[in-house]
Amino acid sequence: MSIDLKELIKKPNPLTQGHRMCPGCGAPTAIRQALMAVDDPVVIVGATGCMEVSTTVYPYSAWRVPFMHVAFENAGAGISGVQAAHKVLSRQGRAKEGIKFVAFGGDGGTYDIGLQSLSGALERGHDFTYICYNNQGYMNTGAQRSSATPLNASATTSPAGSVIPGKLQRAKDLTEIVAAHNIPYVAQTTLHDPMDLIKKVKRAVETPGPAFVNVLVPCVLFWKIDQGDQMKICQLAADSRFWPVYEVAGGKYSLSYKPKKDVPLEDFLRAQGRYSHLFKKGRERMDLVAAAQADVDESWKKLLVKCAL
Amino acid sequence: MSEPQCWQDVAPGTVAFGATALEVETGLWRSVRPVFDLNKCVSCMKCWFQCPDMSVKLGEGGKVCGADLFFCKGCGICASVCPVKAVTMRPESDFSDERDKHGANPGGVADHVK
Amino acid sequence: MSNKRREMTSGNLAFAEAMRQINPDVVAAYPITPSTDIPVRFAEFVANGQVDSEYVAVESEHSAITACVGASVAGARVMTASSANGVALMHEIFPIASAFRAPIVFGLVNRCLGAPVNIHCDHSDSMAERDSGWIQIYCEDAQEVYDSVLLAVRLAEHKKVLTPVFVCQDGFITSHCFEPVEFLADDAVKKFVGVRDPQYPLLDVDNPVSYGSFTMSEYYFEIKRNQIEGINNVPKVYRELSAELAKETGREYPMVDAYRADDADYLIIIMSSASGVVKDVVDEMREDGVKAGCLRVRFFRPFPKDDLMRLVNGKKGVAVLDRCLSIGGSAPLAAEVKAALYGLERRVPVQEYVFGLGGRDFYPKDAIDVFCKLADDNYSPSVRYIGLREKEEENVY
Repeated sequence: MSIDLKELIKKPNPLTQGHRMCPGCGAPTAIRQALMAVDDPVVIVGATGCMEVSTTVYPYSAWRVPFMHVAFENAGAGISGVQAAHKVLSRQGRAKEGIKFVAFGGDGGTYDIGLQSLSGALERGHDFTYICYNNQGYMNTGAQRSSATPLNASATTSPAGSVIPGKLQRAKDLTEIVAAHNIPYVAQTTLHDPMDLIKKVKRAVETPGPAFVNVLVPCVLFWKIDQGDQMKICQLAADSRFWPVYEVAGGKYSLSYKPKKDVPLEDFLRAQGRYSHLFKKGRERMDLVAAAQADVDESWKKLLVKCAL
Repeated sequence: MSEPQCWQDVAPGTVAFGATALEVETGLWRSVRPVFDLNKCVSCMKCWFQCPDMSVKLGEGGKVCGADLFFCKGCGICASVCPVKAVTMRPESDFSDERDKHGANPGGVADHVK
Repeated sequence: MSNKRREMTSGNLAFAEAMRQINPDVVAAYPITPSTDIPVRFAEFVANGQVDSEYVAVESEHSAITACVGASVAGARVMTASSANGVALMHEIFPIASAFRAPIVFGLVNRCLGAPVNIHCDHSDSMAERDSGWIQIYCEDAQEVYDSVLLAVRLAEHKKVLTPVFVCQDGFITSHCFEPVEFLADDAVKKFVGVRDPQYPLLDVDNPVSYGSFTMSEYYFEIKRNQIEGINNVPKVYRELSAELAKETGREYPMVDAYRADDADYLIIIMSSASGVVKDVVDEMREDGVKAGCLRVRFFRPFPKDDLMRLVNGKKGVAVLDRCLSIGGSAPLAAEVKAALYGLERRVPVQEYVFGLGGRDFYPKDAIDVFCKLADDNYSPSVRYIGLREKEEENVY
């Protein structure tokens, strides 16, 4: 798929300026890049979360396209209803043909409370794309752990204390859960390379039937990184294999980004304040770092097998 | 857009109208400001792609020509991703004269929508 | 216009038949007893090509109502049905639907809320939604269910109303019992309901709007007050619609159905199917010289306060019979009636009763007893329970 940069920069983005996401947040970068190359008219349904709240502060809206937010756990059901209505109304000439439907949610609204509604919409085969902007926790309420929060991360409901060293469980692998629905297109990426996300979402939107894209995005406040470091940290996530960049198109797995060098997970962890308890002088928990590394290695190996590499 | 003044004025259904956030001056949040050295800039577009606030302005021929200070929140991503170090972040206090002229009016109307 | 037909059918099937004739754009529903017949019958209509609707077979009631909201906001005509725990699971979304001014028509087949689990009728499911901003219509029989569905579509979608409607019927009693129902011809229904003309449809990509904004203290109050106006306009709009449909059907339903109330001394105020029993008893009492009457409250939201005041003014006594509890407070109908009567110059005594919970039968003797106590000036300051097995002495703690 080729993207013409000259055309790209001329297109007004469905998301406008004047939204109130934090400086340096990864989510608006993700949503903006995701929708950049979509040529068809889109209608968007957002789950409750930072993105939804910060883009629709009444009486203002940062959406240049139709947008609906119903609640936290039901973006999948909401987009199902809108898309079903479109099927009927466009058939009768009461709505434009060729409208595409995009739902987004954070990891809280996707991995946790919204999983049932998402699964239902995928199983029913609605023609829509779901984008999860995954910052690995509940940021809208102040950095609580979700099932997307990785092993050892300190979140406000899995804080690193004197006895418990942050989150004790590994993150749920939602991309694999979604892939198990056997939908036409599933992908996982991060903000290391805009073209990867742009192309994946364009493909997702243009593929008939349900599609899902899981985008790892940093939250400056939870991850405790510098506001400007968004791209750097995402590059580390991809290079350390913490967040493999791949897609499953028509059931076929393929790696979209092969890390060129062998970056240890430790580099990714050290770059973020949410893991600082692992590296406290004199109280280092290199055992936990090693265990997390082993987990990453194991997952990577399994993925390579699926990609026939 | 005018802000509704009373209950009879609000649109039914919780409806807000599209793209009205273009009136919201998020640039007022900024404590540091990106300054672009256009002599160094190679217009690789990295900053344009990555800016969460769509505040990297493009000029003639689609070339990067600076930051849209009405919206720029000063996160510094543009400076961080620049391969030729054409962007430096400077404290807003360096521009205090200009700031006064600009006025601190949250939700004020920008030139582009007047 | 053309041929009406009369068939033996049930409340649920009458509702489903109205849906077929209305041919809604989208139906999203999830099965739950006793409303299951409605989506099941409708799915058959879809499978047999008898309607043009999209049927979204969702994975929960929460998703059912959410998909309905999405489709309705998109601009479609939307219908669904549910009961009891299904209604309770949807609760979060009901106030959102009404605030979005999404004119969904909802077949609510009343069933009690557990625990203990029970599939039979009382009004605890719909009464729990009385503050969700929906219009609530309670039907006495299957014929009224059918007629009310047609009215509900027009009422919900009326530009001055734009508010979703619950069309309630008593689970099993009305939903499953077969009785004769007169149906209009398909083309008469089609003409009556017309095509929806949505305001701010989400699918209008040329005029984008955002629904469900984040609205803090600066605007929340104004938006809610704006919403109230829709339900305030119901009585006037409903009267017009009801008269319009009556020209086709010969049947008109006021917001309060008054039976021999004008010259009555004593009134029972009640809702839904049990009013049939009361009306029979009223006739009996009249023969015995007791001037009895019945008010059946058909609209619970908006509550027809003015009608109640007018109809109760000057009576010697009133009994309010709720098929619902409000544990720790007055049952919903009693609370509303008492609040409405507060404005009367001369106080009318009111006795509160609760009956029929969990589908417990309500007999003529029960209604007779209520009228006799009213006639004997026999009032209790606390609520009385009808048909409850209890020891004579009250346990005093």
